[in-house]
Amino acid sequence: MNLVALQQPAEVEVAVDNFAATVTTRLAGGRFAGLFGSAGADGPVVLRSTISRNGVLEVVKCAVPSGGAGTPAGYPALTPAVPAANWYEREVADLFDLYPEGHPRVDPLVLPRDAEAAAPRPGSGFGRGGGHIVLDEAALPAHVSGEGVFTLPFGPVRSGVFESVQYLVETPGEDIPHVRARVYHKHRGIESRFEGMAPADGVLLAERVEGVASVAHALAYCQALEANASGPGLPRGALLVRVLHAELERAANHLDSMVRHTEAAGQAVANSRLAWHKERLLRLRAELCGHRFARGVVVIGGVAGPPALAPEATLRELAGLEADVRADTKLLMATSSFIDRLRGTGVITPEVAAARGALGPVARASGSEEDLRTHRPYAGYGLIELPEHRYRDAGDALARQLVRLEELWGSFRLCRVALEALTGEPAEGPWAADVVPADGIAWGWAEAPQGELLCMVELDGGRLCRVKPRSASFHNLSLFPEAFGGDIFTDFAFIEASFGLSIAGVAG
Amino acid sequence: MPWATRGLRDGVLTTRYPKRPDGYGHAWRGSVNVKAAQRTSEPWTELCPTGAISNSISGAPTLDRGKCIMCGRCVAGRPGDFGFDPSPEVAGVSRGALVVPPTSESEAEVASARAELARRARRLRRSLHVRHVDAGSDGSEEWEIAALLGPVYDVHRLGVYFTASPRHADLLMVTGAGSEGMAGPLWATYEAMPEPRVVMAVGTDAISGGIVSPSYATRGGVGDLVPVDVWVPGSPPSPFSILHGILLAVGLLSERGGP
Repeated sequence: MNLVALQQPAEVEVAVDNFAATVTTRLAGGRFAGLFGSAGADGPVVLRSTISRNGVLEVVKCAVPSGGAGTPAGYPALTPAVPAANWYEREVADLFDLYPEGHPRVDPLVLPRDAEAAAPRPGSGFGRGGGHIVLDEAALPAHVSGEGVFTLPFGPVRSGVFESVQYLVETPGEDIPHVRARVYHKHRGIESRFEGMAPADGVLLAERVEGVASVAHALAYCQALEANASGPGLPRGALLVRVLHAELERAANHLDSMVRHTEAAGQAVANSRLAWHKERLLRLRAELCGHRFARGVVVIGGVAGPPALAPEATLRELAGLEADVRADTKLLMATSSFIDRLRGTGVITPEVAAARGALGPVARASGSEEDLRTHRPYAGYGLIELPEHRYRDAGDALARQLVRLEELWGSFRLCRVALEALTGEPAEGPWAADVVPADGIAWGWAEAPQGELLCMVELDGGRLCRVKPRSASFHNLSLFPEAFGGDIFTDFAFIEASFGLSIAGVAG
Repeated sequence: MPWATRGLRDGVLTTRYPKRPDGYGHAWRGSVNVKAAQRTSEPWTELCPTGAISNSISGAPTLDRGKCIMCGRCVAGRPGDFGFDPSPEVAGVSRGALVVPPTSESEAEVASARAELARRARRLRRSLHVRHVDAGSDGSEEWEIAALLGPVYDVHRLGVYFTASPRHADLLMVTGAGSEGMAGPLWATYEAMPEPRVVMAVGTDAISGGIVSPSYATRGGVGDLVPVDVWVPGSPPSPFSILHGILLAVGLLSERGGP
């Protein structure tokens, strides 16, 4: 028994007027990591801003009093001093009807509503009431400036099999001086859907917030509940199985990103080869747990059971797969017609990445060293030796792919280490501890393939009253427009693929 | 040049399905089956987080695969009454066909739906062009659909192609729980398709909203947004299940006596 319960962040409460100033002061040497709203059945909306400094998470909290009849409640906006807060404040405005005073452009982001329509106010119980909100696209602005510039709407239905998102490309013809992303099309109101659920059912929903990162979402969610729980620690075996599946998920996502790059570059053989490797990996995951996306593996208190495939067979399969991926990516990274498409494409400079608090492989290609697996260890990452940290600072699509490749080899190694550490575990377990989550608010996190995933979970009377997963896709997509400096239309697919995001995690 | 030999290195990786059964296709969970034939003293409805299990008139349980997200709680909790079925051939040509065990009414409904679909889709059989639209999926269905274009499933060998333009599309594949924001674009895509056209709901979310619905921003599946002909359950459905749905849609399976 060795539970490493997540060290919960320190929380500072300030008055609403001091909120922006306090967040700005505390951000010195740190990174803005999100804005989490929470509404009660009535009364004020509570805003929590998370800040990560040297890997330690802290929270600044304030209560925004209601604005009275007919006037929306307001608070001094963070965005003027903290550009990274831009999308978060727009999201909060959509979901809670809170107006960030001083925000440069409070355009609807996830839920364009008619001014008369009620906001869902997650946490208020709206999700239990069965109410429906009709979207009003008239709430969206339409403007473009500059001589000879027009807006090309790209999406939400795009060529190929993609998630729905719309990019508004403002262009004079070939260059892309500016891009805006519209993400509301597939907003599912998933945060409100958690309201009233039993914690064990919430895992199933968390797995579907961002389906390609099911394990990471289940982990962040379950770890939040476990952090606030009484009961015994988690079994060592469960922590290792969590590592195994989290790393297989990372490998699958990084391979998927590679498949998309080769598709965009028209590298037909490489594309087929890598698609085959990705399929082999999904099949291996299904053999281990019965599901190609490893749903159902993570449960509150541990995992559902031991891997169904023997460690020797798993190691053999992984070794063969890794050898093939290494051979193919070695050739690919020596193919100039491929590399030339990536080099210098979609640059996020280290300065922009740091100022905007970029996450995951996007950040690690732009000079950041942060990776939660080493900076805020969870699951079994504290029990095993982690690969040496690699990062790059060129900030282009090539750097992002090189970071992903390094991480891919790291994931294969971690799977091996976890499997070897698992060999001594008795098959009969225990694989899960009897954990009883206590009421109150708690934070969980995981380094998803896309980057830092945070999950705020609030429990009341043993039922979920507010769950807010903040996916790295949401944070990083807000940086997407920054990557277009002198790039042209044919670069678009590479920049998008190199960000490696899932729109489901953005739209909520 | 090195890529030319690399492409030949591992020989043919493509499945022979549907000509021959595929070992992997039947190797893991395809759906949940009802084993219990009669009433027992213990209730089963609260076993299911999405309400897929209900009691029939006789008191024996029925399971709606269109609502099932295959979490396996019923199988783990009542292994005598419920079990996983490894077959990936789970698609149905009517919503009622997804309820197991089938009743005589649902079998009659399936037969007529199938005849109607076969009449409409007859001309699409040899060359089928597919347009996919995401209406609020969790992102995993897109991976499984994209896998059909890879070397392992390679639907081109069956005359199935994905197309960018709905003007060229015969089959509309829709994923997701039916988000409000996609209602308009989805309908516009459907409207732009020439007749005859076939619509396929891919995944439990697209059929009923799964565990994502009810919510203020979804319609509990895409059935209210476009007229669905073929329903493919699964969360997400495996590439084999989606492939089976395509073959069912164009009547390629009925010649062999059906799935």
